[in-house]
Parts: sequence; C-alpha cells; structure tokens
Amino acid sequence: MIYRETGQFKANYADDQALFPIAQDRYVIYAVLFATFAVVPMILNQYWLNAIILPFLIYSLAALGLNVLTGYCGQVSLGTGGFMAVGAFSIYKLMVAVPELGFITLVILSGIITAAVGALFGLPSLRIKGFYLAVATLASQFFLIWLFNKVGWFFNYNATGMITSPPMTIFGVLVTGPEATVTAKYFLVASIVAVFALVAKNLARGRFGRNWMAIRDMDIAAELIGVRPLIAKLSAFAVSSFYIGMAGALYFAVWLGSAEPTEAFDINQSFLVLFMIIIGGLGSVLGSFLGAGFLVLMPILLKNILVDGFGTDSALAAHIEIMTVGALIIIFLIVEPHGLARLWRIAKEKLRLWPFPY
Amino acid sequence: MKSITKTLVAALLAVPLLGGTVSAYELTIPTLDYRTGPYAPNGIPFANGYSDYLTMLNERDGGINGAKIKLAPCETAYNTKRGVECYESTKGQGESGALVFQPLSTGITYQLIPKSSVDRIPIFSMGYGRTSAANGKIFPWVFNFPATYWSQATVFVQYIADQEGGMDKLKGKKIALVYHNSAYGKEPIRTLESAAAKFGFELMLLPVDHPGQEQKATWLQVRKERPDWVLMWGWGVMNQVAIKEAASIRFPMNRFIGVWWSGSENDVLPAGDKADGYLSGAFHQPGDNFPAHDDIKKYVYDQGKGKGERDRIGEVLYNRGLVAAMWTSEAIRKAMEIHGTNKIKGVHLRDGFEALDVDEARLTELGLPNFTIPVKISCENHEGPGKVALQQWDAKAKKWSLVSKFYEPLRDITGPLIAADSAQYAKENNVVPRICG
Repeated sequence: MIYRETGQFKANYADDQALFPIAQDRYVIYAVLFATFAVVPMILNQYWLNAIILPFLIYSLAALGLNVLTGYCGQVSLGTGGFMAVGAFSIYKLMVAVPELGFITLVILSGIITAAVGALFGLPSLRIKGFYLAVATLASQFFLIWLFNKVGWFFNYNATGMITSPPMTIFGVLVTGPEATVTAKYFLVASIVAVFALVAKNLARGRFGRNWMAIRDMDIAAELIGVRPLIAKLSAFAVSSFYIGMAGALYFAVWLGSAEPTEAFDINQSFLVLFMIIIGGLGSVLGSFLGAGFLVLMPILLKNILVDGFGTDSALAAHIEIMTVGALIIIFLIVEPHGLARLWRIAKEKLRLWPFPY
Repeated sequence: MKSITKTLVAALLAVPLLGGTVSAYELTIPTLDYRTGPYAPNGIPFANGYSDYLTMLNERDGGINGAKIKLAPCETAYNTKRGVECYESTKGQGESGALVFQPLSTGITYQLIPKSSVDRIPIFSMGYGRTSAANGKIFPWVFNFPATYWSQATVFVQYIADQEGGMDKLKGKKIALVYHNSAYGKEPIRTLESAAAKFGFELMLLPVDHPGQEQKATWLQVRKERPDWVLMWGWGVMNQVAIKEAASIRFPMNRFIGVWWSGSENDVLPAGDKADGYLSGAFHQPGDNFPAHDDIKKYVYDQGKGKGERDRIGEVLYNRGLVAAMWTSEAIRKAMEIHGTNKIKGVHLRDGFEALDVDEARLTELGLPNFTIPVKISCENHEGPGKVALQQWDAKAKKWSLVSKFYEPLRDITGPLIAADSAQYAKENNVVPRICG
C-alpha cells in the first residue's frame, strides 16, 4: 500500500535512470540524511557518538571499499587492515609535512596513495583467482604492517613507533586531536561517508560497476564480450583501496588519534571488514552499512545489556559476547546467505505486493 | 485505620530520606580489566589485587574518610579500541565521575594521555605507559611512579655490570633485548642504545609479534648469536613461551632478566624446574605475609566478596594490583585533605597524586611494612623514586624473592632522554610546559 510505485510515471530518461527511481526510496534517503545531520547529533551523547557512531561510519566506509572489490568484482581480499594502515600512515606523513592543504584534501590524497598501493598489490589478481588471490592479499597485509613497523621514516623515527595525529581544523573548527569535539568529528566523517556512498552507488551501476560484475560472474565470458580484465580488476583494486585508505585515514586521525601498526591494523581488521560485507551483503551499498552496523553495534549493545542491565561480571559478559556474536554470524549465514541487504530486498518485494500477495 | 494511614504517610516520607542515605557520595574508580584474551593470565591477578584492596577499604573502614568506593569494571581484553570505549563509557559514571584510570596497557595509556587532560581525569600508569610522562611539567595529568621503563633498563645494565665485575667490564659484552613488538616493548630501546654507546656493549634487538606464541626464530637467533645476557620486555602469553624457549636452548636463566611485567608465577610455572634462577625487575615484595593481606582475607574473602581465588593472594601481579590500589587510595586521602572535603572529583585527585608522600612509616600503618619503596611525588617529577630491584624465581620452593638492593637509575642517561621526548610531545601537541613552584 505504502510502498508501491504505481502511478509514478517516468516522462524522460533522466527520471528513468535516477539513482532511486522509486519515490518512496527517495523519501527514505532524505529522511536518513536529515536524521544523520540534524537529529543524531542532537539526541546522542558523547559516548554514543564517539564510541559507537564514529567507528560505525568509518567501518562502513571500509566495508564499502571492500565491497567494491569483493562484492562487485569478485576478488577476495584479506589485505584490508594493511590498506587501512597505508591510509593512516599517508595521512600522518601528509599532516606533518603539508598541513596547509587542508584536512579533507589530505584525506582524499591518502585515499589516492592507498589506491596506487592497492593497484600494485592487485597485479597478481590478473593471474590468480579465488583462494590463491586471498593468500596473495594476505601477504600484502603482513608486508605492509612489517614495513610500517620497520622503517622509521613512516613514523618520523618516534621512539615507540606510534603515530599521533596533530590537531587540524576545517573552517576554523578543530577536527583532529584531543580537543576536537565529537560533534565536529561526527559531521566531518558523516559528510565524507555520505558523499562517497553516493559515489559508490553511482559507480556500481555505471560502466565500471557493470564491468566489475561481468568479471565477477564469469571472467572469460566478460573478456569475450569486450571487458578488459586488466582495467576492470585493477580499477576495482584502486577504487576499493581508495575507500579503504580514506577509512584508514579517518580511523587513525579522527577516531583513534594515535595508533601503532601492529595493533590497530592487524589481521583481525581485515577479517572484521570481510565479515561485515559477508553479513551485510556482498555487492550492495546498503549491505556495507548494515554489516558494519551489525558488527560494531552488536558487541557493545550486548556488553551494555549484560553489564549495565543485568550486572553480569565484565569478564563473563565478554565471553558471552564472543559466543553470541559468533552464533549470530552462523545463524545469519544459514538463514540468509546473501546477507542483511538481501533481507531488505525481500521485504521490499513483499511490500510491493502487499496486501495481495500471490 | 488512622494509624495505618499515618504509618503509610510516614513510610512514604521516609523513602526519599532513605534514598538520600543510600546515594551517599561514592568515589567511582573504573577498573579497565582484562580477564579475556592472550594477556588474561597476567591481567587477572592484577585486576584481582586492585579490586580486592579497594573492596577491603570499603568493608573494613567504610571507604575512604566516609566515602565509599564504587568500582566500575570494564573489560578491555588488552585491546586499545575496547580500552577507549571503556574509557568513554566509564568516565562520566557516578556522582564523582571517574576519579582515575589505571589502564594496565601501554597502548591504551598512549590513547588516554591526550584525552585525560581534556576531561581532567588523572591517569596512574604505574610503572608502564609513556616514560617521558615522568616530566610533570608537560604531562600534568599522568603519573607513572614508582619507576619507568627507562629507569628499569638502566638498573638492569647496572645489575649486569655488578655481576660481570664493574661498569668497565660491560665493554664488548653482547646484550639481547627480546621485546613485544608494540609501543610497550619498544620503550626501552632508546635507553639501552644510549647505554650501549656509553658503556660499549653490543645491543641486539629481537622483536616478537603479538601475541607472542611463536618465538622459535627469535630463540634460534639467540642460540646462534650467543648473547651474554638477555633482557625481555614481554607480557601475557609471550612471557611463558619465551622462558620455555630459553630453557629449551639451555640459555642460563640467571642471565635472563625480564621487565617487571615478565616476572610473575604465571610466567615461570609452565617451564617447570628449568625456569629456576630466572630474574625480573620488581618494586615490591611478593608473598601474602603482610597485615594488609590478612585484612583482605578477613574482610573480603571471608565475606565471599573476593574477585579471585583465595590461595592466589600474594602472587607477584596480585601484589602489583594491590600496591596500585594502595597508592591510589593514599592519593585520594591526600586530595581530600588538600581540598577539605570527601566529595572529590578527578580534577581534585590530580592534586592528591602530585602531593603524594607514602613513606615507610605510612606503609607500616597501612599494614604493608617494607612492602615497597617510599614514594614522594612533586610537580615536576611524576616518576617518583625510580628505584628498581631484581627478584629471582626459585623453582623448587615455587617462590619469588628479592635478590638485589634497590638500584638508583642512571639519571644521566634517562634525564636527557625524558627531556627530549617530552619536549617533542609538547611541540607536536602545542602543550605549553607549566611552571612548577
């Protein structure tokens, strides 16, 4: 009843090709954007913004990146943590060397640097596939972390190998460093994520996205109809790494404030982001958000319910949390192997037919 | 009927009054524990000691000067991100807000140092964390007494010299450092490098990656290069593995010195008899034969309020947690004295830490005679005495005991390094050093 496109006539191509052709979808997006920028910062406190919403947004961006590569182009990658580290160390070096360029430029620049590194590590994908490619990207994870730990130039020869983000401003408002307000950080990250989610949505349905999906579905057939695997695969690696690099830059500079390579960007990061897109839904922009939300929110929610709600011992709660999250992942994969985004799609189909399903 | 109404009214009136007494001022102390993950074997006894001592104060004395202590536990799993989440979720708890943070992780400490000065909550990173935070002019909110990693590294060098027969005998010796490849493990490198340059010994760096279960290659290198001494900056499961590996290549245990975080019962027991003679740094006594331990057993464990197992009271890391709680509670007392109220907040407690003075007489009063070194903190010196002793493991008796005097650190090495590192922090973060009276 509510969700039905009957009566929405498209009179020109522009309407027909709109990003969200159904009016209701558009309203939902407007509502979400309104909520993101006007309601959320008003109603949520510091703890929520800093400990939950910021990591959720940053991981969403990383998941978007990995989804381009794994979800759309079908190349499995376990190097996400390493590429996030590239983004983080790039922005650190840039913030120290050329702070006058402005923070947003630096975030995009560190994304571009990561894109170059990602494309380089994507070269083996032209020859190897599937699990073998996963192992190759795993190697990049270990190599990059080792590099950032070993070569002093990356952390400016600091005694402990830690990098700390110096304070920077946008339009006179502090966005990094300890004195920056959470609200400022939130607006910055939310804007970047919103803009680049839109870009991703557009990329996915354009020529690039179609090439990626052709490669994913059957690379030989794609080659036969004229998709060049070199361009398609490397562009997927580059775009994916660009997103992951920006996520890494924000993760370090805005959220954590300081980081050391071995802990902040270890292999668990790679798995976490991979789980996000598997649970959220491969090949779906919405899925990236849902997956990130699930894996960031779930543990904290469980912890808060158990410890604050029921007064459970904090260690016991941590154990229950590990088990519950694991069990939920398995349940989700059995019940809906295509992820949360697929659930949403099914709900949409049902809604369209409601109340007269056939 | 009337009397019933009267009683009801009286009861209703009494409710808010009762509520008033229940919500008396409470001192909220978050405990960032880790009882899960690869560092749990070390995190658990420390967390138990810390909580038990504070619970004992509640049970025995009714808190500190009439204000009860409210512990706010949060599980970090030694993970920096979870630690920050814990900090955010506990910092505003209770009427007092979080009074002090004891993260027991160098990584988390590094994260919290800039945040703490904004939120005005002191950090007591007891013998860990950022060494240059010893400079109170640049780090007013961080306290790392009774000694830093750098002091400890110079003490180990002195101990080695004593065993070899003098500082001049260090020349040409080879000392290996096996370290946790993180901010924590890398802390002593600078100091050892300058000591190596000064005394002419050769330093060999052997990093071990988190969590440290795989060290075959590291010890193969030790076997090949045959260093005269091995120092270790390890934590969690890494310690046990290192000691077992050292035993398996028959490295002499009395030439193997761990940092004070690599010297607890958990670390040596898995290696059995072969761990006999293993050394580690220490700044307090092991064992449960102090009056304070009796009080913990009587007021906490006999009431069923203990956090751990009764027979593990007095383990090295349990006592480490206990001594941390003792200094914290003394700082709270001092802060109450300075500000003339027991309703203190984090910002007041900072003054308490800075005026802390726990001498031997006070330790005896607290039921911990000769337990640790006297500590006196000042505005510019947040490291306090900086003195370190060595303890040795006796595998037969299954006991640690102090085997050396308390060494003074080589301040001519650590002093300039602290000044340089804190100045660099001040420059990068636009901190203006404060003037100390």
